[in-house]
Amino acid sequence: MTTEAADPTETVGAIAPAADPGFLQRHGATIEYILIPGAALAGALVVFGIFVAMFGKNPLDLYFYMYYGAFGTWFSWQNTLTRAAPLILTALCTALPAQLGMVIIGGEGALLIGALSATSAALALQGMPPFIVQIAMVCAGVIGGGLWIMLAGALRQYRGVNETISSLLLVYIALAILNHLVEGAMRDPASLNKPSTREIGAANMIGSIPGTDVHWGLVFGLIAATAAYILIYHTVFGFAARVAGGNIRAAKIVGLGVSKLILTICFLAGGAAGLAGMVEVAAVQGRTNANLAAGYGFTGILVAFLARQNPLAIIPVAILLGGISASGGLLQRRLGLPDASVLVLQGIIFVFVLASDALYGRIGFLKGKS
Amino acid sequence: MADGSIGLWTVPLAVLGGAIRVSTPFLFVSLGECITERSGRINLGLEGTLVMGAMSAYGISYLTGSPWLGVLAAGITGALLGALHAGICSLPRVNDVAVGIALMLFGTGLAFYLGKPLIEPTAPRLPAIDFGWWSDISQVRAALRVNVLFLIGVALAPILYWAFRTTRWGLLIRTAGESSDAARAMGHSVLLIRLRATMVGGFLAGIGGSFLSLFYPGSWNEGLSSGQGITAVALVIFARWDPLLCLWASLAFGGAAALGPALQSVGVTSGYHLFNAAPYILTLAIMIITCSPKRTLTGAPAELSITR
Repeated sequence: MTTEAADPTETVGAIAPAADPGFLQRHGATIEYILIPGAALAGALVVFGIFVAMFGKNPLDLYFYMYYGAFGTWFSWQNTLTRAAPLILTALCTALPAQLGMVIIGGEGALLIGALSATSAALALQGMPPFIVQIAMVCAGVIGGGLWIMLAGALRQYRGVNETISSLLLVYIALAILNHLVEGAMRDPASLNKPSTREIGAANMIGSIPGTDVHWGLVFGLIAATAAYILIYHTVFGFAARVAGGNIRAAKIVGLGVSKLILTICFLAGGAAGLAGMVEVAAVQGRTNANLAAGYGFTGILVAFLARQNPLAIIPVAILLGGISASGGLLQRRLGLPDASVLVLQGIIFVFVLASDALYGRIGFLKGKS
Repeated sequence: MADGSIGLWTVPLAVLGGAIRVSTPFLFVSLGECITERSGRINLGLEGTLVMGAMSAYGISYLTGSPWLGVLAAGITGALLGALHAGICSLPRVNDVAVGIALMLFGTGLAFYLGKPLIEPTAPRLPAIDFGWWSDISQVRAALRVNVLFLIGVALAPILYWAFRTTRWGLLIRTAGESSDAARAMGHSVLLIRLRATMVGGFLAGIGGSFLSLFYPGSWNEGLSSGQGITAVALVIFARWDPLLCLWASLAFGGAAALGPALQSVGVTSGYHLFNAAPYILTLAIMIITCSPKRTLTGAPAELSITR
């Protein structure tokens, strides 16, 4: 970055990057994956700063409070990590199918169905040892969310229904099912103003990581992201998926079972988002109600795209965006910005990140001599 | 409450009224999307455009006192968002589906941000034409209170159908959608054609949004649109990119969306939320029936990324 020399000739270019002349060229792709999204993020922050400046707020205050609210104190770090946990899981719901070239944006629906399934499991097993209830909740959440997104995958594979649109429609259907059950069959009669299911019970909550206020959902997320990374980049199954994503015809010619790939990947993707729903129930809300539709599924889409669909890169990106949403409260209190300002910033970041796709392979000083 | 004796007839009447009232945003968004998709690009961001249109229409109507200026402002906002979409998509290697998702989030976020002060005040609303003057039954009158925008939308569908077939612009848009090479060979800029088609599409979707805030439901709040925009995009697919079929599909959707409130008004409250999800379930069902994995859809523009 410091070598934007005015003279583009080869001799100067070879001398300038001090010790290792070929370093930038050899690691160009890796540097691009960090530099370009970073630049897009910075550009988005600048535009957002200008945006709030138009409403008479000081952008420098904005940046300070954003940093302070996200990463400034131990308290804000914990808040950030708590929000990052479901984001890691919902981002996987977009990133895994992306390996197959599918664009799934229905993580929110899988989250809601996962939460509903996990709550049902816990309510059905009242009185059992907490450990068993928690295992059952995890299974129910993963299976519920997994089947939900697998439905979108199956429709794509067997009926040719576009998975982007069907998965989004399924979000609204999931929300309707949730509201229907929460206000009907599963309603706790004691919940008057905010219809909810009965509580799963304090003993069955998964609690916090010792010494912190961050719940175990973060660990679930880290494990899931790492497992997804290994699955995609270090197994035959993942290799087959990436082949099918690159060229579906080639995959069929070499005899890969594309249907099986699609259904399995979609199940795992939905399972991750369903797990996010389970975590929100078992670590935060303690019950299912409309509060669960907090938009984690939609922010997860942004996380996946910003991480360029790489499961490991999702972790830092989720923490970053968890931080942005954690700072929302502070922005509201100190600067009087509406709570939707976080949404605006996320939208701007998303637009910048996608536009920055045009830059790959075009940054002069990273190019080889070809 | 002129007459209680019509009893259960309330439901079909309300569905009819809903088909007229609720279908208007579906109609405008689907016609707009139809133009955009015919040019070979898909704009999933119309959900955001719809909400932005609703917010800006309400705001301008409140500030100026003229709901029609609000409608115009909504259209212009939509066209600007369309230009943004087209602008980003014209960069190399940028995926139009992903840009649409981004603009969906951006549009709704921006509308919630700017619309915060608009939740309290009441803005002047669009007038309605009373086609039910001949009837004594209040429900019939309510069902036949028709907004001018609906009539414009209904007229627009055959006009677009005709324009796609016979006018120079219609032909250019279709050429860009079927084969960008052919359009380029004829000496036209595909990007420019798509920019215009996306802007017109955004303009219409914005107007669809103005109907939401200025006529029915007729106020601005953050739950105003829940997926109408994306449903309308899906509707274009099974309307086979045909403006006339878009009209019929929108009417069917409006009727389906009115089913929940209609049943609630006669005392059927148990499945309220499920009936509210009827348009989404209907969309999904129709897509399952009409799509096929074996062939591309008849009538699909060949350049459209979503059908390949």
